Amino acid sequence: MSASLQDAVAPVCESFGRDRTRLLDILLAVQQRLGGIDDRAIDAVAAELAIPRVDVAGVVSFYSFLAPGPRGRTVIRLCNDLPDLMMGAEKVAAGLEEELGIRFGETTPDGRFTLEWASCIGMSDQAPAALFDDVVVPSLTPGTARRLVAELRRQGDAGDLRRVLVREYGDGANAHDLVRASVKNNLRRAGEVIFAPMEAGAGLGKALAMSPAEVIREVKTARLRGRGGAGFPTGMKWEFVRAADGPQRYLICNADEGEPGTFKDRVILTERPDLLFEGMTIAGYAIGAAHGILYLRGEYAYLRDYLEHVLAARREKGLLGKAVCGKAGFSFDIRIQMGAGAYVCGEETALISSCEGLRGDPKNRPPFPAQRGYLGHPTSVNNVETLCCVPRILQMGSGWFASMGSRRSTGTKLLSISGDCTRRGVFELPLGTTLREVLAQCGGEDAVAVQVGGPSGKLVGPDAFDREICFDDLATGGALVVFGPGRDPLWVASQYMAFFIHESCGYCTPCRVGNVLLKERIDRILAGNGEPDDLDYLARLGASVKTASRCGLGQTSPNPVLSTLENFRPAYEARLKPPVDGRQPGFDIAAKLAESQRLTGRKSVHFDA
Amino acid sequence: MAKPKVATTSLCGCFGCHMSLLDIDDRILQLVELVDFDRSPINDIKEIEGQVDIGLIEGGCCNEENLKVLHEFRRHCKILISVGDCAINGGIPALRNMVPLEECYREAYLNGPTVVNPAGKVPDDPEIPLLLDKVYPCHEAVKIDYHLPGCPPSADTLWAALVALLNGKAPELPYELVKYD
Repeated sequence: MSASLQDAVAPVCESFGRDRTRLLDILLAVQQRLGGIDDRAIDAVAAELAIPRVDVAGVVSFYSFLAPGPRGRTVIRLCNDLPDLMMGAEKVAAGLEEELGIRFGETTPDGRFTLEWASCIGMSDQAPAALFDDVVVPSLTPGTARRLVAELRRQGDAGDLRRVLVREYGDGANAHDLVRASVKNNLRRAGEVIFAPMEAGAGLGKALAMSPAEVIREVKTARLRGRGGAGFPTGMKWEFVRAADGPQRYLICNADEGEPGTFKDRVILTERPDLLFEGMTIAGYAIGAAHGILYLRGEYAYLRDYLEHVLAARREKGLLGKAVCGKAGFSFDIRIQMGAGAYVCGEETALISSCEGLRGDPKNRPPFPAQRGYLGHPTSVNNVETLCCVPRILQMGSGWFASMGSRRSTGTKLLSISGDCTRRGVFELPLGTTLREVLAQCGGEDAVAVQVGGPSGKLVGPDAFDREICFDDLATGGALVVFGPGRDPLWVASQYMAFFIHESCGYCTPCRVGNVLLKERIDRILAGNGEPDDLDYLARLGASVKTASRCGLGQTSPNPVLSTLENFRPAYEARLKPPVDGRQPGFDIAAKLAESQRLTGRKSVHFDA
Repeated sequence: MAKPKVATTSLCGCFGCHMSLLDIDDRILQLVELVDFDRSPINDIKEIEGQVDIGLIEGGCCNEENLKVLHEFRRHCKILISVGDCAINGGIPALRNMVPLEECYREAYLNGPTVVNPAGKVPDDPEIPLLLDKVYPCHEAVKIDYHLPGCPPSADTLWAALVALLNGKAPELPYELVKYD
């Protein structure tokens, strides 16, 4: 065994040049060969890279997709994001547990299957969905889930997962030879920027005919703002990076769209990879970077071969590599960095940590990535959709781009819409479109609430439906989850808090502890045991967590609680009971004494329990 | 006009917070001038006799007796204060929350190295209060108006809080009185 361990570890480390900054890739490759990363594999990797054991163990324990213990040869991850739960993920879960004879978190005795929950795998429009290793299985029912497992069992280990699981290919490039996925694009509305017919190379050609400073000026004139949700002006970010000192600069594309309910980047990566790579190349030219990194979330591993193929084709055509398009002095290439199932890595400093082969812990700011980013070099981290706007701005002109959308939020925005509506999928709409118009387009007119911007965004009610989707009003990275009549805002808040508890990296106390306390109190109210002071408690604790947390995760994680408190206060108030004699209504004395009564064989003398 | 009334008790605590109260030194003479004591270990009154203005609770809530006393205090006290880390967080006694209750009983009454128990049974004497399944902070069982942290809160902290409340003010304590590192 130890020989085969060496055989697995040494060549992998060798293939990455024993570079500790590629530790995440090394561990993913080792896991693929060994099935899991146990203590001995950790020792072997640490020895091979000559780094402390704890550095390796820390990375293994951080990422959901890296397993410290032995796991089944096929790992089934059922998505438990809200849209999935609304579409019946719990029933699918029960079906899988029954068919496999195990509970979530367990492995079948024959070592064939492990069953786990996944936070959001970017398939909210075709929920419930699961990953079987890296094969996506959307639109599951309890029946199909059971049949698929039974069929995989019958085929044994030799069977090709994809052949069993993928019964028909999705539309567009989902049917490409290197993708072969049953994922659907559900592109409901193509707009003028991202999904308009593309003229390959037009933007890049124009950019290379300009100076980098002119490219940045063009992007600034278009008033392009970051599409990840924060809306920071892209041109300004590039200017900071360009102005920063350093022998090298880096461009990183954040394709770790982990905000639950977001899946628009998946459709871009599937249908417009060339537009994205062209945008990355232009950005590299603008900031003076020779290297770009596409940080691809682990959940989208099924797109990796396809994207590598697109990159290879671009190298072949001279669109990447030395002297891009024959432009002397401009070399630029892109590598794909796989993520491994950690939401916090969508936060740019955590994402940089992850690219460096570390735990995906956020870094302190300042210094900002534009000054000291990847490996200490000035780095620009941009969203997939932002980079896709760039070639179009160069091709069509900044005036064209700025004429769309609203004054301060120009261009179009991709929205990933899921939940209680008839047309779930991706919509490309001008920024500044009202929520009411969006709901009309997606068939969600009877919504009682909409979560704008994923869990870290806001839950708003009908009185906000005339507000606009843009950076200065209802800001969103693209996720809209529609809740129809009968959905409970407190349930929504509680589910989102469960998500944040799971995804908190645990580094700082306000986030690690505060989110748990927030969920406990919400659940107490949900159970009918809340009292009026609880609302004040939630508001104060939420504010503390936001103020005192170290990174964007904790600075936004109380939003589900705070925005429902603000917008759905009656739903809280209807459940509150003033305490009788000052006693907390949720304190169940009989339950707390039951065990003692059993052990002593007598009744309580004080309580009728 | 009658003097305000103060009551104190120690639930699942070590009386350290009461010691800290006595540590106010000669100010205890002023305190006696300012208030009357109802139920308290200081005067050994066992039951609260009437309405109380300020109740101080030391210790968390670990058994049925604690819970009964806590309910009694809550019913009679206008202002109820959790004093010290055990009342606020459960403190040291809450370490047992990580041990199954049955093991706690067995260790205490059957298997402990100093136990002599020929009957070999967990006692069922009503004089021995039934344990709650866990040790709870007081505010989980009843509403608590103020928390005075510390292990124990210093005499100055207790004094400052009491004086503020007796003057009808909210106890807003300076940083020096509530910092512990």
